[in-house]
Amino acid sequence: MKINAKDLSRIVSKYHDEKSSLIAVLQDVQEEYHWLPPEALRFVSEKLCIPLIDVYSVATFYRAFSLTPRGEHVVTVCLGTACHVRGAPLVLDRIRNRLRVEPGCTTGDGKFTLESVNCLGACALAPIVVVDGKYHGQTTVKKAAQIIEEYHTKRPKKRVTRRRKK
Amino acid sequence: MKRRRKTEEFRLHLLVCAGTGCVANHAFDIKEELQKEIARKKLSDEIGVVTTGCQGFCERGPIVIVQPDGIFYQRMKKKDIPHLVEEHLLKGRPVKELMYIPSPREAPVPKMMDIEFFKHQRLIILRNRGRLDPENIDEYIGFNGYQALEIALTRMTPERIIKEVKASGLRGRGGAGFPTGMKWDLCRREPGRIKYIICNGDEGDPGAFMDRSVLEADPHSVIEGMTIGARAISVHKGFVYVRSEYPLAVKRLKIALSQAEEYGLLGKDILGTNFDFDIEVVQGAGAFVCGEETALIASIEGKVGRPRQRPPYPSEKGLWGKPTNINNVETWANVPMIISRGAKWFSSIGTKTSKGTKIFSLVGKINNTGLVEVPMGITMREIIYDIGGGIPQGKEFKAVQTGGPSGGCIPKNMLDLPIDYESLTQAGSMMGSGGMIVMDEDTCMVDVARYFLNFTQEESCGKCPPCRMGTKHMVYTLDRKTKGKGREGDIQFLESIAENVKLSSLCGLGQTAPHPVLTTLRYFRDEYEAHIKEKRCPALVCKDLISYVIDDKLCGGCTVCAKNCPSDAISGEPKKIHTIDQQKCTKCGICITVCPPKFNAVKKVSPAVK
Repeated sequence: MKINAKDLSRIVSKYHDEKSSLIAVLQDVQEEYHWLPPEALRFVSEKLCIPLIDVYSVATFYRAFSLTPRGEHVVTVCLGTACHVRGAPLVLDRIRNRLRVEPGCTTGDGKFTLESVNCLGACALAPIVVVDGKYHGQTTVKKAAQIIEEYHTKRPKKRVTRRRKK
Repeated sequence: MKRRRKTEEFRLHLLVCAGTGCVANHAFDIKEELQKEIARKKLSDEIGVVTTGCQGFCERGPIVIVQPDGIFYQRMKKKDIPHLVEEHLLKGRPVKELMYIPSPREAPVPKMMDIEFFKHQRLIILRNRGRLDPENIDEYIGFNGYQALEIALTRMTPERIIKEVKASGLRGRGGAGFPTGMKWDLCRREPGRIKYIICNGDEGDPGAFMDRSVLEADPHSVIEGMTIGARAISVHKGFVYVRSEYPLAVKRLKIALSQAEEYGLLGKDILGTNFDFDIEVVQGAGAFVCGEETALIASIEGKVGRPRQRPPYPSEKGLWGKPTNINNVETWANVPMIISRGAKWFSSIGTKTSKGTKIFSLVGKINNTGLVEVPMGITMREIIYDIGGGIPQGKEFKAVQTGGPSGGCIPKNMLDLPIDYESLTQAGSMMGSGGMIVMDEDTCMVDVARYFLNFTQEESCGKCPPCRMGTKHMVYTLDRKTKGKGREGDIQFLESIAENVKLSSLCGLGQTAPHPVLTTLRYFRDEYEAHIKEKRCPALVCKDLISYVIDDKLCGGCTVCAKNCPSDAISGEPKKIHTIDQQKCTKCGICITVCPPKFNAVKKVSPAVK
């Protein structure tokens, strides 16, 4: 993984090198690379003068951070209570069997990352499956497989690295 | 700044709901299409299209309301729009087909306020819901916004403000119900010049989304409440901590903050009173435990969000060791109304110990999913049947779960329980943030208990052993039961471990984690016993205890199930009876969903067929 020191410097300096902004910095790094590469963690640790072990501890504690590269498409299954009682476990099972991958992992071909989330707060649409930020509400076991097929053939959108205003 | 067209210039207003639920249902496409169609009909000068915050009736999204008549259109689709514009906006004939129809036998209800879901609600916190554009401060001000701030800053002393909040009887809406005025007073009395206030928007309870909705629909009410609180406690810096799963709330809050600053309602010398106050937004990173106040403080400091021992309470030693006052989003949003309408008015609503209103998110097996704001003391039955419209498909109500993973399940015979902090606690549950998950006969209570325990076990930060290991053992025991490996004595073991975790955990997460198990054991013990003794799941949910079978008498041999089965477990030829090979079946349940209703031949049975 190639990281760009200039991009990282820009992110860290946006927060005035403040230690308390570690979580925000990591969030921005993740937005840039879609995961937290080890080199980036080392860079952040040095820049913010926080021991690497503490940076690593924060990066592993919070669910939003990923320490492994993510697939082209991120499939998120909501497992909130409302989704649960309306059959989300069966939907997750179906997708898991279809992709042959456990939640939190990426398929061998790097095409899909399967994730679960505790609640998206859109319970009227339960059960919800989100693919690349697009919501698929009232998913059934049958629909779940169709959703995956739809993305299987689709080429991923080109990732545009957003330039932030200073 | 772009000049905004004045509201009175339009003949009609279309209010398009843009809460997360409706947005996920393509509300923005609807808005765009409406604008295009209105322009095509050359009505752009007469009709305005505005996006508003969440209307609460998420089940029926996307929602469009035509004002001033208050005509309520629901489940809008792009293709309905030309017809709507032509008929209603041009010819003045409201479109019946797009209105809300309570049940197939009833007539459509044109007006929003005549719909049962809205009729029984009492709006204080959500007073502005669906009537203003949350990204436009002028509209908030137009509905008397920031009036309370002006009163508090120019006509009241900090002591008076605190006295008023104390007299109102407002209690923390985050779940524990600590009196807000008292909390403010404690923080105010602490020595030291630097203090902080925090708005807790880390709404982690699955199935609860009222804080998200308030932040999305009316961010200024939270900002105004916080500024009044800041004045009362003499604080100059505040933080709003929002979950990372709520990007829309963060966006709208940031817009609201910059607009308030632009208008001199935030920042230096607010309203020329020499009072400075500033608010910063901090985003969470997906950790449930950060809703606990000491963990939240650690998270704002950029550390791992683990709770610490209390005392010292945050009011003594909080953010960066300074006195800190934390309140929930909903609590802050109540404050402006208390100041502008007075404590006496506020305390006239609700019960003896619980004043005001509470927002509940009504979700699960219920007809009208959505957010409801009701006065304290209302019964469960009123919420579920009058507002919620009962259980879908005529199924039987079984239980309602309140308080998220920290709460419990309340059974059918307690439906007439009045909702306030005390009676919910007595029933073994708690108010929590206000999630209300309705369960019907198809919900397995052992599975629900396992679900919540699994949740708290995963979210346990691991600092204190009772929570870290206790929840793990409880999940393990429950898991065994749902897999048909339950043993005699499991129930007693669960009870004793639950009591221990409750008594000895460090923070609220562990102390309340056993509630789902304890309440389901209290009210649904027979289900546990069926799982252990008969290896049977009465609700036909637990995968290892059920089998899918095809009824020979009903099967029409249409081959649909066999074609759809992903594991090739179904055999049979056209026009002949099909059978499921139990060895191959993965119990995914596709066959039951695809079997045509005219046959309805696939059934679930428990205990499992060998």
